Amino acid sequence: MPDLSSDFCGIKSPNPFWLASAPPTNTGGQIMRAFEQGWGGAVWKTLGKPIRNVSSRFGSVDFQGRRMMGLNNIELITDRPLDVNLREISETKKRFPKHAVIVSLMVESKEEWRDIIARSQDAGADGLELNFGCPHGMCERGMGSAVGQEPEVLKEITSWAVEYAKVPVIVKLTPNIGDILEPGRAAVAGGAHALSCINTIKSIVSVDLNTFTPNPGVGDASTNGGYCGPAVKPIALHMVSQLAKNGAIRVPISGIGGVSSWRDAAEFLALGASNVQVCTAVMHYGFRIIEDLCAGLDNYLRDMNMTGLSDLIGKALPQYVEWGDLDLNHRVVAKINADKCIGCKLCYVACLDGSHQCIYMPGMTKEEAQKAGHENIPEEINEHKTSVLANRVPWVDEHECVGCNLCQLVCPVEDCIEMVTQRIVPERWSWHDQVALDCQR
Amino acid sequence: MLEEKIHDKKPLYSKTAARAESSRCLFCHDAPCITHCPTEINIPQFIRQIANDDIKGAAVTILASNKLGYSCARVCPTEVLCVGACVYNHSDNAPIQIGRLQRFAVEVAEERFGFLALLPNKRPPSGKKVALIGSGPVSWSAAAELALLGHGVTIFEKKAVPGGLNSLGIAPYKLQKKDAIKEIEWLSELGIELRLNNEISANSVGSLVKEYDALFLGVGLGEDKLLNIDDLSGPGVYGATALIEQIKNDAHFDLSAVKIAHVIGGGNTAIDIAHELKLLGVEHVTMLYHRAEKDMSGYAHEIDAARKSGVVFREHEQLKELVRDQNENMHITVFDSSEQKSYKTQTDLVALAIGQQKIIDLAEALGVNLDSMGRVIIDEQTGRTSNLRVWSGGDCCSGGKEVVNAVQEGKIAALSIHEYLVSQKNDAEVASA
Repeated sequence: MPDLSSDFCGIKSPNPFWLASAPPTNTGGQIMRAFEQGWGGAVWKTLGKPIRNVSSRFGSVDFQGRRMMGLNNIELITDRPLDVNLREISETKKRFPKHAVIVSLMVESKEEWRDIIARSQDAGADGLELNFGCPHGMCERGMGSAVGQEPEVLKEITSWAVEYAKVPVIVKLTPNIGDILEPGRAAVAGGAHALSCINTIKSIVSVDLNTFTPNPGVGDASTNGGYCGPAVKPIALHMVSQLAKNGAIRVPISGIGGVSSWRDAAEFLALGASNVQVCTAVMHYGFRIIEDLCAGLDNYLRDMNMTGLSDLIGKALPQYVEWGDLDLNHRVVAKINADKCIGCKLCYVACLDGSHQCIYMPGMTKEEAQKAGHENIPEEINEHKTSVLANRVPWVDEHECVGCNLCQLVCPVEDCIEMVTQRIVPERWSWHDQVALDCQR
Repeated sequence: MLEEKIHDKKPLYSKTAARAESSRCLFCHDAPCITHCPTEINIPQFIRQIANDDIKGAAVTILASNKLGYSCARVCPTEVLCVGACVYNHSDNAPIQIGRLQRFAVEVAEERFGFLALLPNKRPPSGKKVALIGSGPVSWSAAAELALLGHGVTIFEKKAVPGGLNSLGIAPYKLQKKDAIKEIEWLSELGIELRLNNEISANSVGSLVKEYDALFLGVGLGEDKLLNIDDLSGPGVYGATALIEQIKNDAHFDLSAVKIAHVIGGGNTAIDIAHELKLLGVEHVTMLYHRAEKDMSGYAHEIDAARKSGVVFREHEQLKELVRDQNENMHITVFDSSEQKSYKTQTDLVALAIGQQKIIDLAEALGVNLDSMGRVIIDEQTGRTSNLRVWSGGDCCSGGKEVVNAVQEGKIAALSIHEYLVSQKNDAEVASA
């Protein structure tokens, strides 16, 4: 039976699923309920100097009838008194000694950092997460992503925290930069024991077209916020793996950004994250999603004959290479399974207008194909005759197919379009090989 | 009206439901739903417009192809038309509920923007006038197109209620009279004149020919055919369409004394009335059909729905005799051709749904040719009859089809009439110059 228990830079938790620092970790009551339901750890909503929040605070991107594909917020750090938070941290830690309680922090001066780190540790924090990522409100005050975007400042503040801390220091990075490696290297240079990323992405989620106020509206105005949820996962996966792949960064990474299912979590782990943090999915469905997160990951590890998380962590990294190392002699072509096709013709129009014009409808004459926009029409067009449903089942000109996958991606039927390997020649050949050869010459 | 006791089988979608359903649409290329719509509504486009929160655009798309898009959304047998052609039928997913989305678009957009805002601007007056005889869907479709093209349009209806079968012949769980009339009121905003209680007979049609530049015949099928059986009249015996009309239109009509009803026939009208009687609380409703159930011309999905509501189907059975005892109770004799024997049973109501008679006098007075079945012969491309100033369409030509077919036929005829009127005008201008 696989072991889901996690050790993240010395912080132990029963599983790799932590709640990210966000509204679900606002109070001890919430976090204790989450632990009861099975969450492995929680990063407390960021502590700092008192703030006042606005109303309203969240905006959502819905997609084709599904809610909250992306979520944007303009909420700030905790708006509760520091002593209340600290009291609840200590209470939570007493009741759940085996669960990880990380305290997220954001203050300004060195003295403030020393003070708040000491008090967090006294309350029982297992680790500290430095919030250098908040992209709205706090950055206007010189904190959050304002720090995360300045590697020198980030490094210095990190080094203060490391100096004062007795527990591991995790630096949470902002994605609102050109190259994630810059703040990543700075954090490591400052002595960070671990990284977490990504924080939210600077965003405007939508505009009310009647009032011309962006959302979420605060009276008659709004401001840019931080974007998260399923929509940001690809950006987060890229940044996590960039850091994980880099030889200079030898600290564990906590993966954050759109984790909604066990599969998302497994993907983060495979690309080098040592655990994951979850927020939007809990804001949408509640703490109870932990059950299928754990069950799904457990089943997956079992099916893959993996004994624990370490078997999975980083498993996909060797296969994440530069474009220049890709094999130019590898080729796939699309094959449409006529038995599964339901005749929507989406692959046909996608290939015609959006790709390489190599999917045809049966019964089409050469002239019709030309009129439709095809250029390199194969002679075999005459062999594809019409039949009943088959007159809506397209066929692929395999010689022209570049193997772009688009038809497969738009096909609404699972496993209807298969990308079949047809190597050009057996030998591998990459652009880097070509460059090397050109240099020799 | 009695029909108002029956609930909508497919109520108006909420915005949330419409968005969820519209978002499922695959937006097929060269979509089969369009080709299976007799009026060729650009269905994927209007569904996408609903999904993208452009209700007005959706309604405009629908009405561009079908001026009776509202009632068609509710009465079309979509299961055998657009919905039946949805590619999802080839998968494990349920097909898109196109009719319900169409109703949502037109009903909500009309409410918000008004009907005229959903149509193109009317062309300037042509000075030409068209008379339409009969006020069923075919005439309203033709009249709306002609009015938009700038022609003067008058509809003559012999009854006190406009709309033909759309108001008086549709099963109440699909479309009730008040809603059919509502659509007519919207269409009337185009400046279509409606003259009710105005029967055009073989004698009076001559004056119309003189007064109007073109004539359109949309008179439908006429009265129910009755079986040639002695005593098959009197209280408790109805033609099916007449009975449906009473349920819709007669405020004093009451079925509370009816416990047992027999419906004779196997077409959609027979199934409709049987289903309605059941929904109105008649305890025992039996359909007698003289051939096998598989030979019934009614749609399978309608037969299923009627059966689920409790209608009993008896195949290979024919009504042979009806007698009344001294207490006026009806006893019928039914012949079972599979067993080759007869049985007697009591009944409170007999509805005959064995077709409708065609109206032939009017056509003959106009010099319009009929086929051997008594149907008006038209050129299918134009709707024109053998009298070159008379066009026709709908059930009096087809012998009885769907509302949506009538709408398309009205549209085709209107375009042909328009071409004729324009050529007339041009000729007149040439002559005067």
